[in-house]
Amino acid sequence: MAEVRLTGVTKRFGRDVGIEDVTLTVPDGAFVVLLGPTGAGKTTTLRLISGLETPDAGEIAIGGHVVNDLTPAQRDVAMVFQQYSLYPHMTVRDNLAFPLRSPILKTPKDAIAARVREVAEVLHIAHKLDNKATALSGGEMQRVSIGRALVRQPQLFLMDEPLSSLDAKLRSDLRIELKRIQADLGATLLYVTHDQIEAMTMATHVGVLDRGRLVQFGPPKEIYENPASLYVAGRLGLPRINALPAGLFPGAPAGAKTIGLRPEHIAQGEGQPARVVRVEHLGDQTRLHLTLDGHDVITLTDVHTDLGPGDTVAVAPRNPLYFDARGARIT
Amino acid sequence: MTGRLHPGLIAFAVAVYIFLMGPLVIVIGASLSDTTYLTFPPQGLTLRWFERIFEMSAFRRTMITSFQMATLSTLLALLIGIPAAYALNRFRIALPSWLSTLFVLPVLVPEIVLGFSLLRSVQVGAGVPVFWALLIGHTLIVLPYAVRVVSAALASFDFSIEEAAISLGSPPVKTFFTIVLPNVQAGVIAAFILAFITSINDVSVSLFLTGPGISTLPIQILAHVEQFFDPVVASVSVLLMVLTVAVMAVVERTLGLTFLAK
Repeated sequence: MAEVRLTGVTKRFGRDVGIEDVTLTVPDGAFVVLLGPTGAGKTTTLRLISGLETPDAGEIAIGGHVVNDLTPAQRDVAMVFQQYSLYPHMTVRDNLAFPLRSPILKTPKDAIAARVREVAEVLHIAHKLDNKATALSGGEMQRVSIGRALVRQPQLFLMDEPLSSLDAKLRSDLRIELKRIQADLGATLLYVTHDQIEAMTMATHVGVLDRGRLVQFGPPKEIYENPASLYVAGRLGLPRINALPAGLFPGAPAGAKTIGLRPEHIAQGEGQPARVVRVEHLGDQTRLHLTLDGHDVITLTDVHTDLGPGDTVAVAPRNPLYFDARGARIT
Repeated sequence: MTGRLHPGLIAFAVAVYIFLMGPLVIVIGASLSDTTYLTFPPQGLTLRWFERIFEMSAFRRTMITSFQMATLSTLLALLIGIPAAYALNRFRIALPSWLSTLFVLPVLVPEIVLGFSLLRSVQVGAGVPVFWALLIGHTLIVLPYAVRVVSAALASFDFSIEEAAISLGSPPVKTFFTIVLPNVQAGVIAAFILAFITSINDVSVSLFLTGPGISTLPIQILAHVEQFFDPVVASVSVLLMVLTVAVMAVVERTLGLTFLAK
């Protein structure tokens, strides 16, 4: 069982806020994606849970045990670093075997060899086992660094943008692979990414961080459809949500300053006239770039649309989200 | 080689080489001279001055002391310097910046002053025996090299590698020896060589701290030159150079290949 519970956790670096009063319960076996721009505290959260940083305040519990005073080695977690951080003086094989040679685990030699091979095959790096860790491509290094975490089969994985430097094909392969591994092991996984697709497809829960504070936590569908603020609404969805002055369309509730329209939440053929600026044919969808009263709006349209730049199309909101002056959702 | 080198450039390069090699050639030449006084070019060739060194017990004894001092002070300096350099780099953000400057201080203080103050405080003041006072002095003058050179190696070390090992369950001490040290090995070897050479060639600090019965080779050479003018001085110098180079070669070979690596 590895439920992770953070209670009022705060970490500052001098005058800078790392994370501020974060309270969060990650259920056992959950795949949690942390979203937020650089500096929002995603990596700090992972480092606090792994034990590489100690919180200034608050409590961290893994599997029901408070781990504040435990060393990283005692926590049975494995972290994957964004910058790979492979051991440059070792071969790929030794890099993968190193976590198993830990004195706490006392794994027999042949078991280590078998485990290393198994993980190497899953990650398609078996043919590189005898290479020096420095003699690999970026994608291979990243796979070794994921493999190094996998060999230990810990209760909790912490991954800091582990797929960021892979090419598209490998990325989607590993996405499926990671999800499968996590399901097989029943392990809990905290995952930092900027990638929308990774967040939507892999996560059971999404946590959105804003300048060190956890502003919303829930299933990705909920975060997408029911964001608590304009900030959260902007973190998921591609193309991004259109944020327009509330008065642009009739029917805004009192106190609304901004209307948030997902590209798919714009009806065409009725309402306000907008001018087509650009049409992007992406094959499976067609994006329409419009201007409405001087505001840029992106929406989706029929794949075989006849619209072209300069045309006029009438648009109206469907299921709009309203936000007040501070960006909080009005329901 | 393509393109033509300017003749002035060649001349300059040759001049620099002569400048660098000249003293070595003169010392080696003088040490082989079959005369009773120092001269260059050598007149006649003989190895008799090398034999003389070993007939003179003062040279034998001080040579041993010098090597003891160089080896011990270098090891001590590394023992202090490696952890210091590690802490200075690992916690660079948290530590005040003047702290690393502190380790350079012994270089900034003129060695004469350092030697004199050590004589007054450690040897005379605290009554520390000559051998140990000398060792303290030598450790002090080689420590800055150990800290700075190991620091330079650690500065380019990516500490997230260490963090990765720790987050993957490796205890901190094991991580230091198996992950950090092997990656700064070159710096440690360079620090060893620099510190060793600094110690074995030291005159100023040793001048004050050597005492009855215990002296180092450079001090003995100095004492010898004050009284005699024979080529023994040159042959001792040659021997010192040969031994130093030999030690470096051994260090490079043994430490360079197997040092702390598993």
